[in-house]
Amino acid sequence: MSEQIYYDIECEINGEKIKKQVPSNITLLNFLREYLKLTGTKEGCGKGECGACTVIMNGKAVNSCLVPITQVNKAKILTIEGLSNDEQLHPIQEAYIKAGAVQCGFCTPGFIMSTKALLDEKPEPTREDIKKYLAGNLCRCTGYEKIFEAVELAAKSLKKK
Amino acid sequence: MNSVGKSYIKKDAITKVRGIEKYIEDYFFDNMVYAKIIRSPVARMLIKKIDYSKAEKIEGFSGYADYRDVPVNKVALVFEDWPCFPEKYANYYGEGIAIIAAENYEIAERCAKEVKIIYEELEPLLDPRKSVESKIKIFNKDNIFKSFNIEKGDVEKAFQEADLIVEGEFETHHQEHSYIETQGCIALPQPDNSITIYASAQCPFYVQKSVALCLNIPLNKVRIIQTAIGGAFGGKEDVPSVVCCQAAVLAMKIKRPVKLIYKREEDIISMSKRHPSITRIKYAVKKDGKIIGCEVDFLLNGGAYSSLSPIVLWRGTVHAAGPYNIPNVKIVSKAVATNTVPCGAYRGFGQPQSCFSAESLIDEIAQKLNITPYEIRKINGLKVGDTTATSHYLDHSVGYLDTLDAVVNKTNYLTKLKEYKEINKQSKRIKKCIGLSSMYYGVGLGAGGRYLARAGAYIQVTPDASVILAVGNTDMGQGAKTVLAQIAAEALGCNYDDINILDVDTALVPDSGPTVASRTTVMSGNAIIEAAKSIRKNIDAVAMDLLNISNANDLINKDGYFLNKNNESKKVSFKEVVKECWNRRLHLTSQGWYVSPECTFSADKGQGDAYFIYSYASYIVDFDLDIETGIMKFNEITCAVDFGKAINPQLCEGQIQGGNIQGLGWAVYEELKYKDGKILNPNFTDYIIPGTMDIPEKMNVILIEKEYNKGPYGAKGLGECPLIGIAPAIRNALFNCVNIKINKLPLTPEKVLKEIKEKKNEEEKNE
Repeated sequence: MSEQIYYDIECEINGEKIKKQVPSNITLLNFLREYLKLTGTKEGCGKGECGACTVIMNGKAVNSCLVPITQVNKAKILTIEGLSNDEQLHPIQEAYIKAGAVQCGFCTPGFIMSTKALLDEKPEPTREDIKKYLAGNLCRCTGYEKIFEAVELAAKSLKKK
Repeated sequence: MNSVGKSYIKKDAITKVRGIEKYIEDYFFDNMVYAKIIRSPVARMLIKKIDYSKAEKIEGFSGYADYRDVPVNKVALVFEDWPCFPEKYANYYGEGIAIIAAENYEIAERCAKEVKIIYEELEPLLDPRKSVESKIKIFNKDNIFKSFNIEKGDVEKAFQEADLIVEGEFETHHQEHSYIETQGCIALPQPDNSITIYASAQCPFYVQKSVALCLNIPLNKVRIIQTAIGGAFGGKEDVPSVVCCQAAVLAMKIKRPVKLIYKREEDIISMSKRHPSITRIKYAVKKDGKIIGCEVDFLLNGGAYSSLSPIVLWRGTVHAAGPYNIPNVKIVSKAVATNTVPCGAYRGFGQPQSCFSAESLIDEIAQKLNITPYEIRKINGLKVGDTTATSHYLDHSVGYLDTLDAVVNKTNYLTKLKEYKEINKQSKRIKKCIGLSSMYYGVGLGAGGRYLARAGAYIQVTPDASVILAVGNTDMGQGAKTVLAQIAAEALGCNYDDINILDVDTALVPDSGPTVASRTTVMSGNAIIEAAKSIRKNIDAVAMDLLNISNANDLINKDGYFLNKNNESKKVSFKEVVKECWNRRLHLTSQGWYVSPECTFSADKGQGDAYFIYSYASYIVDFDLDIETGIMKFNEITCAVDFGKAINPQLCEGQIQGGNIQGLGWAVYEELKYKDGKILNPNFTDYIIPGTMDIPEKMNVILIEKEYNKGPYGAKGLGECPLIGIAPAIRNALFNCVNIKINKLPLTPEKVLKEIKEKKNEEEKNE
């Protein structure tokens, strides 16, 4: 049996500087959930197939289950917990609620983070853009229609601000 | 109505969008260990020895359990053939043989790899057609889990008198639930030898019964607390009992909390599926289009253990003749065992299978009579005064023809059907296709589950007038919490926001049966109304006092206020009334108990009222077929459902859209692949569920509200209806618009392409 190797990680998560020693073979998802107890990021498949673990790393949406912890060093990570504070929801979160885009909610944090990355990149996406950008996120409950409506609604309300 | 009929935001929406909702994997307890299941590597084997010696040496290993540790080695579903851990024979690939645990998940995985099962591989029984005759015995002496027989009128005579007989054989395949959250639970042993289990389970009372049986302790020592459920669709009805028993046995043995979360691959290979089916069906028809007879032989492949096969079979059987008024019906059915993954509950529960065959054949009748698929349904469709296949007389709330007309009018179906056939004559590559289908759905458990057809509710109005509501049916994302809170607010006379509805806890409410069969709104809804009645007696009396009303008929309730009907200017709020009730020390807590109306169905001839009420739906799917690739590009799905009063229209739309897309997945994208009984594609790369790029451009949802006089505010049931008829609608579109007849699901591009080529070859031969 090979011995466990540890790794010193330094990064910024939801605006907070994090310094920790962790096993070198864990993923970013594992780090968030088990070591920081940031459980809003979900594991649906562990293989980058479902998008439930989507977070934003250095401005780009990534499947955190596929990111080795060693790649996270010096990175800036935004998770669902960092999107809003206790008082005020982010307009994307509000839009998901208003459009009825949340059913079981297990895929929701991943969808919302992908939506954030999309709207940062393209503030006025077409329906086609939305479909393409969210193609890596699976939802089994909604049939996606209300999720698309939520993204469009979010784009509108972000534009107003 | 004050609260019913409005699209309030979901009770759990805010916590879910913030990522703070707690699912089972998000719970952590002191001293908790992480478990992993050791699984059968083959479809059938004789277990000789399980060797833990290497695993035990790994630092961080914390224990194991297998059949030797289970007091009563049975999981309580309909029958008790599914063991917690098998002792001698493992009956399917992926079956759980043992459980191990370690201090963290990574160590548990390493330990699991070091557990060696010494076994002898045995020849498996894989073909359901050969199950009954097979020398390999999995269940009893004949491998039959259950059979049914329905006989109405004189079918033989009907076929003699028919002008036209149409028949066919149809096959459907497995479907994997693909809830995004896999199965999981945490079992916490208590000092008094009782156990508490947190679980992602849609039927906590099933789990309670199973764990009590397995551990051989009374029900009052087993407490199940439901956590937020990340999708279920029936997949968390039967099998959480298996998952929770596995964890419970180990937890009791090592006296530590055990967290057991399945990984995606093991979830797909070992957890229950939609039953594959083989159906032979024929209709006897008169020249004028009237169907006078129907005969069906319906076979389900139940897999290795009976699970819920008996009742899935029952629902599929009862509905197998379709939503039509047919005087003579004979249906025989059976569910048989094979050495494949056990099949259980999946949204639709046996109905998508029998609906596929009946609805496909209905379109063939229409073609033979040279009438439209719409007309044949219009002639025979159920309406008030008709009887079902079990001779259930329908006296009200029958919206079948309304759903049919709604989808046909919305899509301009009749014109398009003609147009598309013309376009397709010219178009070389892209063919326009449009297809229609429909179904009826018995709400609730009906006669098949009559002893479970009850539900409880608990309401407590606190001194500040906020309300605690506990129910026995779960929210798995569909919005039960929201809908039930709306019903409670309506019944109590308070506002929706005043209601705090708790997750199901078996310690709070009596056994309310399962959360299945689209029964929650009716069953828990009525239990809530029942509970609210006694509280309202006190509240109304005080409100009348405060408003100086002497005649109870003069008291009305509007948006959280009580008013005098004759003088609306004077009003008193729910809060003020409750405060006064507490001042007078009145009792504002109540338990409700609802028992559904009796269903007269008897099993000998399969006749009588099978359910207390039915929902109805029609579907139209419009797509372009590329005959060079076999790929369908979906333009539009239109679905109309009659499910009685829509308590929350936005949630209803969500149910319909989501159900339609799950139906689309089953029809064209999803296919489990096997070799020697092993599932080859237990992942979302190879088992394709619909993604954002696969869905139609447009989804039309039509709500038809034919109110049910015993439903809560007129509601019936919705959840399963939207899925059931999608597959035959697509099959019928191919049949009518490009003249290819595929009777075996799924309708994958490969299969469609093969049919197109065969048809072309045949045409060339004929020329």
